[in-house]
Amino acid sequence: MATYLEFIQQNEERDGVRFSWNVWPSSRLEATRMVVPLACLLTPLKERLDLPPVQYEPVLCSRPTCKAVLNPLCQVDYRAKLWACNFCFQRNQFPPAYAGISEVNQPAELMPQFSTIEYIVQRGPQTPLIFLYVVDTCLEEEDLQALKESLQMSLSLLPPDALVGLITFGRMVQVHELSCEGISKSYVFRGTKDLAAKQIQDMLGLSRPAVPMQQGRPLQTPEQPVISSRFLQPVHKIDMNLTDLLGELQRDPWPVTQGKRPLRSTGVALSIAVGLLEGTFPNTGARIMLFTGGPPTQGPGMVVGDELKTPIRSWHDIEKDNARFMKKATKHYETLANRSAANGHCIDIYACALDQTGLLEMKCCANLTGGHMVMGDSFNTSLFKQTFQRVFSKGYNGEFRMAFGANLDVKTSRELKIAGAIGPCISLNAKGPCVSENELGIGGTSQWKICSLDPSTTLAIYFEVVNQHNAPIPQGGRGAVQFVTQYQHSSTQRRIRVTTIARNWADAQTQLQHIEAAFDQEAAAVLMARLGVYRAESEEGPDVLRWLDRQLIRLCQKFGQYNKDDPNSFRLSESFSLYPQFIFHLRRSPFLQVFNNSPDESSYYRHHFARQDLTQSLIMIQPILYAYSFHGPPEPVLLDSSSILPDRILLMDTFFQIVIYLGETIAQWQKAGYQDMPEYENFKHLLQAPLDDAQEILQTRFPMPRYIHTEHGGSQARFLLSKVNPSQTHNNLYAWGQESGAPILTDDVSLQVFMDHLKKLAVSSAS
Amino acid sequence: MSVNQQAHTGPPYGQPQPGYQGYQQPAYGGQSLPGVPQSQYGAYNGPMPGYQQPVPPQGYFPSLGFPSKGSPVSLNSDTSLAPNFIGSLRAPPTSGAPPPASGASHPSGHLAYSPFEHGDVQNGIPASAAPMQRPPASQPFLPGSAPTPVSQISTFQQYGPPPASVQQLRNHMAGMTIGSTAASAPPPAGLGYGVGPSSYPPTTGAPRPPAMPGPPLTGQTVAGPPSSQPNHVSSPPPPSSMAGLHPGTPMSGLHGPPPPTHPPQPGYQMQQNGSFGQMRGPQPNYGGAYPGAPNYGSPPGPPPPPKRLDPDSIPSPIQVIEDDRNNRGSEPFVTGVRGQVPPLVTTNFLVKDQGNASPRYIRCTSYNIPCTSDMAKQSQVPLAAVIKPLATLPPEETLPYLVDHGESGPVRCNRCKAYMCPFMQFIEGGRRFQCCFCSCVTEVPPHYFQHLDHTGKRVDFYDRPELSLGSYEFLATVDYCKNNKFPSPPAFIFMIDVSYNAVKSGLVRLICEELKSLLDYLPREGNMEESAIRVGFVTYNKVLHFYNVKSSLAQPQMMVVSDVADMFVPLLDGFLVNVNESRTVIASLLDQIPEMFADTRETETVFAPVIQAGLEALKAAECAGKLFIFHTSLPIAEAPGKLKNRDDRKLINTDKEKTLFQPQTSFYNNLAKDCVAQGCCVDLFLFPNQYLDVATLGVVPYQTGGSIYKYAYFQLETDQYRFLNDLRRDVQKEVGFDAVMRVRTSTGIRATDFFGAFYMSNTTDVEMAGLDCDKTITVEFKHDDKLSEDSGALLQCALLYTSCAGQRRLRIHNLSLNCCTQLADLYRNCETDTLINYLAKYAYRGVLNSPVKTVRDALINQCAQILACYRKNCASPSSAGQLILPECMKLLPVYLNCVLKSDVLQPGPEVTTDDRAYIRQLVTSMDVAETNVFFYPRLLPLTKADVDSDSLPAAIRNSEERLSKGDIYLLENGLNVFVWVGVSVQQGLIQNLFGVSSFSQISNALSTLPVLENPFSKKVRSIVDMIQGQRSRYMKLIIVKQEDKLEMLFKHFLVEDKSLSGGASYVDFLCHMHKEIRQLLS
Repeated sequence: MATYLEFIQQNEERDGVRFSWNVWPSSRLEATRMVVPLACLLTPLKERLDLPPVQYEPVLCSRPTCKAVLNPLCQVDYRAKLWACNFCFQRNQFPPAYAGISEVNQPAELMPQFSTIEYIVQRGPQTPLIFLYVVDTCLEEEDLQALKESLQMSLSLLPPDALVGLITFGRMVQVHELSCEGISKSYVFRGTKDLAAKQIQDMLGLSRPAVPMQQGRPLQTPEQPVISSRFLQPVHKIDMNLTDLLGELQRDPWPVTQGKRPLRSTGVALSIAVGLLEGTFPNTGARIMLFTGGPPTQGPGMVVGDELKTPIRSWHDIEKDNARFMKKATKHYETLANRSAANGHCIDIYACALDQTGLLEMKCCANLTGGHMVMGDSFNTSLFKQTFQRVFSKGYNGEFRMAFGANLDVKTSRELKIAGAIGPCISLNAKGPCVSENELGIGGTSQWKICSLDPSTTLAIYFEVVNQHNAPIPQGGRGAVQFVTQYQHSSTQRRIRVTTIARNWADAQTQLQHIEAAFDQEAAAVLMARLGVYRAESEEGPDVLRWLDRQLIRLCQKFGQYNKDDPNSFRLSESFSLYPQFIFHLRRSPFLQVFNNSPDESSYYRHHFARQDLTQSLIMIQPILYAYSFHGPPEPVLLDSSSILPDRILLMDTFFQIVIYLGETIAQWQKAGYQDMPEYENFKHLLQAPLDDAQEILQTRFPMPRYIHTEHGGSQARFLLSKVNPSQTHNNLYAWGQESGAPILTDDVSLQVFMDHLKKLAVSSAS
Repeated sequence: MSVNQQAHTGPPYGQPQPGYQGYQQPAYGGQSLPGVPQSQYGAYNGPMPGYQQPVPPQGYFPSLGFPSKGSPVSLNSDTSLAPNFIGSLRAPPTSGAPPPASGASHPSGHLAYSPFEHGDVQNGIPASAAPMQRPPASQPFLPGSAPTPVSQISTFQQYGPPPASVQQLRNHMAGMTIGSTAASAPPPAGLGYGVGPSSYPPTTGAPRPPAMPGPPLTGQTVAGPPSSQPNHVSSPPPPSSMAGLHPGTPMSGLHGPPPPTHPPQPGYQMQQNGSFGQMRGPQPNYGGAYPGAPNYGSPPGPPPPPKRLDPDSIPSPIQVIEDDRNNRGSEPFVTGVRGQVPPLVTTNFLVKDQGNASPRYIRCTSYNIPCTSDMAKQSQVPLAAVIKPLATLPPEETLPYLVDHGESGPVRCNRCKAYMCPFMQFIEGGRRFQCCFCSCVTEVPPHYFQHLDHTGKRVDFYDRPELSLGSYEFLATVDYCKNNKFPSPPAFIFMIDVSYNAVKSGLVRLICEELKSLLDYLPREGNMEESAIRVGFVTYNKVLHFYNVKSSLAQPQMMVVSDVADMFVPLLDGFLVNVNESRTVIASLLDQIPEMFADTRETETVFAPVIQAGLEALKAAECAGKLFIFHTSLPIAEAPGKLKNRDDRKLINTDKEKTLFQPQTSFYNNLAKDCVAQGCCVDLFLFPNQYLDVATLGVVPYQTGGSIYKYAYFQLETDQYRFLNDLRRDVQKEVGFDAVMRVRTSTGIRATDFFGAFYMSNTTDVEMAGLDCDKTITVEFKHDDKLSEDSGALLQCALLYTSCAGQRRLRIHNLSLNCCTQLADLYRNCETDTLINYLAKYAYRGVLNSPVKTVRDALINQCAQILACYRKNCASPSSAGQLILPECMKLLPVYLNCVLKSDVLQPGPEVTTDDRAYIRQLVTSMDVAETNVFFYPRLLPLTKADVDSDSLPAAIRNSEERLSKGDIYLLENGLNVFVWVGVSVQQGLIQNLFGVSSFSQISNALSTLPVLENPFSKKVRSIVDMIQGQRSRYMKLIIVKQEDKLEMLFKHFLVEDKSLSGGASYVDFLCHMHKEIRQLLS
């Protein structure tokens, strides 16, 4: 098994790919019986320190429907200078530049260690990165001030040649012209009127005027930048101006009467931002960064009326079909998201408010375009400030950890077809022979657009084995998948990253143990979770849970070892052993449970779940719990109520929150001030240890987690208590005796109960 | 007046008619000359004697004394007569020849009348009339001219109806006098009776009333004419003979003959008086003349020459104005007496408010209203009041006092809601008051109670303006405010077109520069240190730019709104600011605007969205205000209210002509309605280089009570001074906002129709977003019941408005009028200038719905009816051929002709569609003084000016023949000032005035007169300045050299002449009117 774990790990490090199955069942029938689909988590831009990009362009298969990239799996005839495509078996001539190749003089892309390789494409104009700030001015003075400072600070973090623009909104929407001297100039739009892209461009004076003078000269490209430059200017030119402009930003001046929400035209502001970029820089990497401090209250995309007495929709309202603006608003933002995505622009949402801000309706903007979604209580918190700062963080080589306008093309060998993808992408509707009719996630295509991605952005890609049972694959046959990601690097270069992987086929009837051993339960859990969350967006919660349960039971039935109707005999092999536990926690997670979460929070959690890599996703599913005590070094402990002991400090990482919890005794000690006494320096160290560890996590996480420091009995302890497995509750506290842990006041089933039921159902001959 | 006139007329009619008929018939209808004449003659003869006998002669004598006209009194009587008589009487002219000095002609007329006794008097008067006519002042004079009355009375008696009461007679007298300035004459008249005839002759020459000793000379020709001036119009035929002819004609046949005839046939002369010019002609020639008469019908055709009316013999506006000025300019006009006719608008006089509103606020077409609607219908005299609620008063007169009745608001009648006024009757010891309008009895509120004195007057009568004055203001309570909230101070928003044309012409820079200083002169409430008015700025072309000029900003901020389809205001705070607080930001903005758009290539503009923007801004700020829009072109950019060029001169004189005056789309009407609801007044400054559809663009300014200024082909060098003056005045002038005006009247009449720049959402309330001190509303009244002579008729005009400091006020004007059961009383108390104001507005509105031809015909018809009614009911019987005009209305024909010839009703080829629409709207809110000079321009011989005095030279009549090649003249009509330079003006004068050495070197391009240090230049410039100061708009100065091509333009304003566009000459028109009248009478 170790070998498989290593293999999996190696593969992940090299290619950023984790498959649910690393040995593939060789027929459609058997594949479906595996319950967990053949799928992978792909991190297209996984950071590879050891992967210098090559400075030439990839060699493509000449078959128009294939166009796979030359890769190490291809058969090469060095003498004839031919290569055979391993996907379509087309034989291709090497281009002239490859005339010198031989067995000993191979280009990088043919070397096995370069199963993932990155090309830099020189052609095409290089356009600078574009950042368009869309700023809500209906904020409290303090918030606005903090936001202004953050924005001003961000100017120094942008690449100097990046173009930057500013749109502010409140009751009206203002597009600021940045180029002018003296009088600051802005175009104002009313916040209640939805404008077509064309209208917006006309009104901003972006539409190409009929130029009578230059009929003779068809090339008017030089004029284009001139036009757009009014609103989007290189940072280095106008950072002073813009800093002043931001500094002078005032709160929305329109009076807000008692009992009303400020009128906030988020919908129109976004629409204008999208329209502006659409008209000026289509198909260029650009970020629209929306900063909002409350729900849209007017115009298209309004989420709630301005009467404070009508609260914003809750899950309850939604279930009761009582959210009157939701559908319309969602549609508005979806349209925007699709337009924006089609042009390769991404939309970030930074929403900071104590109440909901309409993320539910706006989520698609970030989800479909690969934008960030950040939710906080106020712009005046370190959570926001640091998160925002981290957007502009740089990678190991000093490059921004962001890429734009990626186009992911997946190619498969003939036995496989592509069922779909789940992640921050939209379909490019590229039909082809390798596209399955059965859709999982966003399907019906072999290409997706990811408008913005960073090194951790991870897509789940689902496949379907289409090989028929009666057409066995020869022993030792391998299936191959090639991921071709074209994107705009933060340095504005166009790059292409190609990852080609292959896995062995195995006959499930004869070689089930191979397949079983090659199961990647972590990847499988995340992949199944993504499917579940994806479904949860459109289906009723209970249905999704039932579906998850059924899948789990079927998996256990398929791979468990048991005697019929004897739950006690049930065993799972090591490669499956953790899977039920993941599913247990997934069922309890905010991704599937809406209880206690607002619709916005759910959207927020799901957003991040659908784009983080495997490790982070697992943390989200099953938070990590560390214990610090005088009994030994810090250790991970079970996410269980039994881990909550008085003399322990617990550190829980749920991805979204970092909770430090002082056990009852520790808390008393701390109150007593022992940590300040020299003789108890060790106590001080103990208190400090989790803080340091938490700091480490905080340093790297995006978005910044909510940092919670609490203690036994503290109100904030609920974050911990709601996550741990309720093995002890008020119901069974005494039955279990007093050995340890803290009771959780809940009616939720504990993992033990869950497992018991699972076993019972798995072994049941009835099902 | 009317009485006199009647009297006079009576005789004139009889006599004149014959003569006239002869004339007219021939002329107009081309009737059988021979026959007619004869009969006429006959007729003449008859009357003649009568006439002659009449006092007139004597009157004339006095008139001889003309120089002494000072004795207006007598004149009055005479005058009144004169007018009437003139028609026929003028005949005297014959005698005139000799008497010239004393308006001999008149005398002759008198003589003629004398036979009639009444007539005599009248005649006498008429004769003098020429001079006297003005007498309107007569009323005052009446007392003085005791004798006159007598004579008058006599006349009346004869007439039968007149007998009325002595008082009436007096009144009549007054009227009469007016007519025949000759006031002085009256007394003589008395004497004259006996002597009459003889005296007349001498006078006759004088006809040219007043000053003209000289006239006599012309006298021969003129002789008759002078007297005829006012009323005589009758024998128009001559006119037909053509202006040019006058000189010649009179000379030839007429003059010569007349004199001779006169002696023999006084009667004839008399007739002539009526139609002086003609008269003379006729008289002498009678036989021959008549034949000529036919020609009249078909104007000049055949014999006209002989028949021509001598232009000097027909009523002269100049004379009337001059007389009134002399007679009534010296003493204050005290308003205490009911139904007083005020001095003419051309007269400088002071007003003492003693219970009735000053004529500066209200003028009526008649100060004596028929008691019944039948009478009113019969007379066809429109009953209208021209109200200028916020009129500016001369410094010597006090502004209306502000009265505060406390929290409960002004005391009002319970039923009709009329406001407390001097006419309310307090009863029951002062505990209640009875409404003077509806008779309802209302409790006096405790806080307002006051005891009555023995005469039933409240003890505090003189302490309370609302009890003792005709005009005063109430402080309005919150009940009188929109939304029951006291208004905020109003705002001014300057909206500047920054399209290519505006920038290139330098206009944008000019406006910005000017605003910098002008903003310090915003109107403010009397004693306030700074204006409460806030200001805002917008520039626009195809899109709108708003500016944030908040005082805390270092730099103004510009906000562009390109969503013109759905206009809104992008900012609230910082758009409307206090000038002092934001001074530096505003200055910075005004500096930068011209720079920002210096390179603009945008040529298209929007318009409606600009108004909408201003409207929305005021809405957002919850205040009323005024938009100053500076606009250059037809708004063709895609936006609401977009217009297309629809100028089509081919439509002129077709049934579709009215569309040229109608707006292209109803969009602007709706917009105007919204503006009015918000109190958003729009002032529009237009700088067109081509058609920009004033008819449509003007809708909003017009309906919101705003003004339009138009500077075609604006050029910085020549037009900037004019524009800046207008702008300054427009910004600085007193203005009220969000105004509602209601006119209440005594039971029996009702305000039924309103003319002016405003909007009405119901039938009684005139709503104006803004009302400035120059805006006038003309209100027409109709009977809905009977009035009583005892109680008279009352008008109360209440204007609710927000002052420029944001104070809500009610301005009340009260006016009491007399009521009459005799038509003569009506005709004696009319004011022609006001009548013309009404008729012009009525006609100008008519062109929106009817073909212009119909409108013109209706006008002529109405006036003919008015005059015919007079002739039929008030004038003494006389020959049908005589044209007899009421003294008060003797100028009606000439003024009416001017209205008919105006650009709107009869456009010349050089008048653009925009000009017509512009003028149409302009006239609609003019007051009486403005319409007066607009339709009958003032023509001053500059070379006759006395450089040592500060007076103006005597005006002369608007006819080319009055111009002398050797003189320089100034002509002004309220819009333009022309300086006409004759070809043979002395070089010295040219040098002095223009600083060039010869006529040919004078540049047409001058927009101001060069500043030269010599008395003549100074004098002329001071005259121009003085005239400019009298007008609400700065007039364009145009230098016209005789025989230059610009002269065509100038001649257009010589309204007594035939116009190029087909307008009749005065004389022709008079004939035509006569014919119309006669048709009505027959």
